[in-house]
Amino acid sequence: MFSYYLNLALRSLKRNVVLTMLMIAAIGVGIGASMTTLTIFRAMAADPIPNKSRQLFAVQIDNWGPSKSGVQTPDDKLQQQVSYTDAMGLMNAHAALRQTVMYSTGFALSPPNPNLRPFQVPARATYMDFFPMFEVPFRFGTPWTREDDEGRAPVAVISRELNDKVFGGANSVGKTLNLDKHDYRVVGVLDRWQPVPKFYDLNNNQYGEIEQAFIPFTRAIENQMTTWGNNNCSRDAVAPGWEGHLHSECVWFQFWAELPTAADAERYRYVLNNYAAEQQRLGRFHWAAHTRLRDVREWLADQHVVTDEARILVLVSFSFLLVCLLNAMGLMLAKIMGRAGDIGVRRALGANRRAIFGQCLIEAGVIGFAGGLVGLALTAAGLLGLRALLSEQTTRLTHLGFWEVGITVGTAVIATTLAGLYPTWRAAHIQPAWQLKAQ
Amino acid sequence: MELGPIISAMRRNKVGAIVVGVQMAITLAILCNALFIIEQRVALGKRPTGTDEANIVVITNQWAGHPTDLAAKLQGDLAALRSMPGVVDAFASNTYPLSNGGSSLNLKLNPEQRESTAQTALYIADEHGLQTLGLKLIAGRNFTADEVLDRMPGTNVPPSAVIVTRALAEKLFPGKNAAGQSVYSEYQKTLAPIVGVVDKLQVPWTQAGGFGSKFNDSSLLEPYRHEAPYGYYLVHAQPGQAVAVMKAAEKRLIEVNRARVLQKSQTLTEARAEAYKDDRGLVIILGVVCAALVAVTAFGIVGLTSYWVAQRRRQIGIRRALGATRTAIIRYFQTENFLIAAVGSIGGIGLALSLNLWMVTAFEMERLDTRYALIGAVFVLLLGQLAVLWPALKAASIPPALATRAA
Repeated sequence: MFSYYLNLALRSLKRNVVLTMLMIAAIGVGIGASMTTLTIFRAMAADPIPNKSRQLFAVQIDNWGPSKSGVQTPDDKLQQQVSYTDAMGLMNAHAALRQTVMYSTGFALSPPNPNLRPFQVPARATYMDFFPMFEVPFRFGTPWTREDDEGRAPVAVISRELNDKVFGGANSVGKTLNLDKHDYRVVGVLDRWQPVPKFYDLNNNQYGEIEQAFIPFTRAIENQMTTWGNNNCSRDAVAPGWEGHLHSECVWFQFWAELPTAADAERYRYVLNNYAAEQQRLGRFHWAAHTRLRDVREWLADQHVVTDEARILVLVSFSFLLVCLLNAMGLMLAKIMGRAGDIGVRRALGANRRAIFGQCLIEAGVIGFAGGLVGLALTAAGLLGLRALLSEQTTRLTHLGFWEVGITVGTAVIATTLAGLYPTWRAAHIQPAWQLKAQ
Repeated sequence: MELGPIISAMRRNKVGAIVVGVQMAITLAILCNALFIIEQRVALGKRPTGTDEANIVVITNQWAGHPTDLAAKLQGDLAALRSMPGVVDAFASNTYPLSNGGSSLNLKLNPEQRESTAQTALYIADEHGLQTLGLKLIAGRNFTADEVLDRMPGTNVPPSAVIVTRALAEKLFPGKNAAGQSVYSEYQKTLAPIVGVVDKLQVPWTQAGGFGSKFNDSSLLEPYRHEAPYGYYLVHAQPGQAVAVMKAAEKRLIEVNRARVLQKSQTLTEARAEAYKDDRGLVIILGVVCAALVAVTAFGIVGLTSYWVAQRRRQIGIRRALGATRTAIIRYFQTENFLIAAVGSIGGIGLALSLNLWMVTAFEMERLDTRYALIGAVFVLLLGQLAVLWPALKAASIPPALATRAA
């Protein structure tokens, strides 16, 4: 039966090529526009670490106190980062399964070959817990050890990209890198790893590449490596020198904790609050404890990782799709009413309403499928266009995967069939007697 | 005008008319909101920095290792740059306009004040800063060489003087001459005299609604030599020589010292294109969607009206036979479309305004000017008239003799 209806649908569509093309084009354009923006939106809103996004928590502590009004309100924005004092306080508390403080920094790498010029290596200073916490894949070697963390060891884990560049992709574990005139021993080489968005540090470049080198936090602090990320000093005066800056209330560190169960998270919230209350008792904070613990998804939502621009584009393009569907619906209606005579004859020859309904709906589905294919081509073209139009960091979001293809064609078929419901219903209610009389 | 027959004909084809009307309403709502966003983003990307962008080159310099003689290295580099042919002047800074990175300060008028009076971007500059950037001094004077102090990383030396922009001066001292006054910076815990006021210098941050959007033209220059492992050389080239000077300057700096990374060099014109790339992308995407939307709506009207014409061939033939002129037939379809479009437009204006109201609460968005909705409505009405013209002409060409033939 289905193939017979399909055959009928194709014949019917062939009978009025211009109208069919118009419908397919309208749906194709609408689907193309909406799926292009949806692909970007989905990539922005994606969960970068689905296995653990409910177990990894970003920590926020208010070390500046309430703003203008002097009263804390629930929507008082907390600082995105934490101070050195607070980060160290929490590291020493060891209250989570794993925890790390970190910041973004960088080096100039001087290649062993003196004829080659130094080049820039963005780096991350962190603790060894970083790697198991964020499930970072290793190609060679392992993370450094806890002793390395404590001993401020000059060791480094490097990205696959940097390993390719400097060591030609060979196993470089045990080799040395000259980073800003200090020798660092390579202990591990990462495999391909690119969380999108780069959730563990959303400063500066939310969809940016991961760092090319990772070194112990303790080592970076000892070498007085300044942050390459945001450094906010809002309230208090800062004493001169590295030590002054380090022990000021300036916030420039990210702090993450791994808490496998809800009970762990609850306990950690308690620890966090106690810590802040303790700071109040010690006279450092002049306000009630104000802290937040957000898991990855809450963190991404709070930090507005999905830009307003992406939301606006999705809104506009889906409204556009709605117009396209209304358009197709109007044309389908016209087409079906134009064929009222045919349908009347079929009814008179014994086709029941269900048969007519089914036949017309399949016709709508065929238009939807064809529109979906056109839409798919346009989505691919649209994403290519976006790659040329948008900044480099955003192009990471223009990947058309298996899912996107399925969603595109599926949306087209379902939406067009839905739009075809009313015209089809009208078709099924054509009175055979009237049509035959008019002939 | 024969409104009666048109309305009764529409009643017999309610859904068709509603579909066209709703389509036009949504088209109108999207169109004027999208055009509003486009206009705002275009305006955003055109905001002047106050500098001579086309002739200014920025070179990002990062020293390899931790050189201890940064002061000497900086003076060596600057002397080399300033002596190059085609170079008007040069200085080193912590940031540059359109870079989207930098520092901000909260300013007060005196230490006792609780809340700050103004927020400002901080540009580090020596006595060559004003000339290099091409800033226009409107009051007071430039920094003197004596005022320019060393500023090693991690130190916090109070500035001996500051220069502010006109916008910042008006925020700090409304209606007064700011030159000669003093400002207090919480960060440095010091009162610094304002020695000069420049007409305009944009903050380094450019994002719509982002950091800095609330104090876009409030900038402050502090007289330091930027002796840091990471910094920017700003070079003012003679007109038309920016690209040549950029290439030559990179080469010259490498000759002076190889132990450095010149990660990125560009003119401020290039920096502008980069800073507003996503805004320009948004404008283009919205423009393409708008164009497609107009086309789809127009073709939809053409298609549907053609069908109506085809369906009513016989009636039209009869009307023609009964004495209706071709113009009357054309006018019939145009009036019909006008009625649908008018109702659609009224709905569309309401939809456009409520869509905008929702966007104002959900996003960083301004209120839509009602004029946009009205212009959009006129556009949609014209679009309908234009789209309906071709089917109407076809209808008008139906011969009256058709009435005499059997269907």
